[in-house]
Amino acid sequence: MADKLELLDLLLEDARESTDTIARQLGCDESEVESMIAELEGDGAILGYQPVVDWSRVETDHVAAEVELNLELDRETKYADVAGRITKFDEVTALRLVSGDYDFDVTVEGDSMRDVSMFVSEQIAPIPEVTQTVTHFVMNTYKNRGLEFIDSDDDDRLSISP
Amino acid sequence: MKLSERARNTPPSGIRRFFELAEEMDDVISLGVGEPDFSAPWKARAAAIHSLERGRTSYTTNRGMLELREAIADHVPRYGLDYDPESEILVTTGASEAVDLALRALVDPGDAVAVQSPAYISYGPGVRFSGGDPLPVSTRAENDFVMTADDLERAGAADAEVLMICYPNNPTGATASADDLAEIAAFAREHDLTVLADEIYAGLTYEGEHTSIATLPGMRERTVVINGFSKAYAMTGLRLGYALGPSEAVDAMNRIHQYTMLSAPTTAQYAALEALEACQDDVEEMRTQYDRRRRFVISRFQDMGLDCFKATGAFYAFPEAPYDDEQFAEDLLQSEGVAVVPGRVFGEEGHGHLRVSYATGMSDLKAAMNRIERFVAECERGRAET
Repeated sequence: MADKLELLDLLLEDARESTDTIARQLGCDESEVESMIAELEGDGAILGYQPVVDWSRVETDHVAAEVELNLELDRETKYADVAGRITKFDEVTALRLVSGDYDFDVTVEGDSMRDVSMFVSEQIAPIPEVTQTVTHFVMNTYKNRGLEFIDSDDDDRLSISP
Repeated sequence: MKLSERARNTPPSGIRRFFELAEEMDDVISLGVGEPDFSAPWKARAAAIHSLERGRTSYTTNRGMLELREAIADHVPRYGLDYDPESEILVTTGASEAVDLALRALVDPGDAVAVQSPAYISYGPGVRFSGGDPLPVSTRAENDFVMTADDLERAGAADAEVLMICYPNNPTGATASADDLAEIAAFAREHDLTVLADEIYAGLTYEGEHTSIATLPGMRERTVVINGFSKAYAMTGLRLGYALGPSEAVDAMNRIHQYTMLSAPTTAQYAALEALEACQDDVEEMRTQYDRRRRFVISRFQDMGLDCFKATGAFYAFPEAPYDDEQFAEDLLQSEGVAVVPGRVFGEEGHGHLRVSYATGMSDLKAAMNRIERFVAECERGRAET
């Protein structure tokens, strides 16, 4: 039985890899890979598959911001309750509770800086528990999801060596 | 200019012609490369840069920085090896220098040196440079290229002074278990052979642990072990290796090294120190990647109907060629743009095989295997028609 962690590792590297190639790399049957993937998906361990996009190479306007949120909770309201409201917005692509100076780390994406600012001020800031927002617009991305956005070096090895 | 007989008698390496052919072509995917596709771990590179910034550009002691020798001494117990950093370890300019020094320190003119075959192309010429006569010991495909007492007997190795072995092996990817090595060790003890064990691929062993022949009973005192940073740490261009052996052997090697090399490159020594201390995770990650590619490549060859023994070390597969290995490699290069190395380059028993390096990223590897599959299928159709 091939290892689920090893399968996850391979999918994290390239989720579009064929199950045939994955099976060969793991040294197991293709059907085994398929059933492990089905299991991981069924358990909710794998939630989906998405490309890592370098938006600077796509002819479109795309803006992302990291937004720090501070909250004030009362006895009846928990972090998860507020998170449940914020995650509903399509503009919010990531939301995490973090330790440190602020509570929520929110990634907001939109077509323009204006769109993102408006969204934060009109949709996030008015939430009663939100006491403060600090918006950091992303100016450049150099690495994301383990992939470098800078042109990597070409293979400069000799084509044949002993 | 009058050239020495030694130089004139040294033939160009057998891979030279392939290299030139491949270099002339565009869009070649090369599976002919004998070095990692990874760069050295970033921490090791950063340590090298830092050492340069601090102006550490002088020679080191002949034997290499003591700190590095101590780190090596702390590292090799994973293979059951135990050497004194003061007197039994020599840091060299690549494992290649260590091989050269060991041969020059151990071989007298006219001595027979039994050399595993197929193996790395430098051993034979290295023996000749030291004045010895190389005596090829052919290992056989039916034994998964593991050297047997019978192979040694047949080669006449009983009369040799030195025996050179290399496991995990370039070009076959074969490894030798403790039991396999016990047979070689018994032969070496019986016939009083000194063993030169090139273990440069020790860190790239995929099934079971690497065993060093020096750990077998009665072998430490007659073995020089060679290892280095090129393969497992992806540091080929930094040129750093080391030799482990009884102090008299290491002293002798150092006597030659101090005149010919003085010391191994200082920048590389700093990189190597960091590599040993902080880069084991990188090594393990690279090993995992090679292991997956190994299984992928071997299973693809088997599905193509090519006989491909299950290599368990280094980063080479060694399938049988459908026809003459040299012709096949040339045809494959010309018609599909995939470069592999004909097995004969590595010795007599390599005839009929191809060395296929999987030190190449998965996307190129997949494309190359598809091209090879197409070409093999075409060959078979051609053969069926005639």
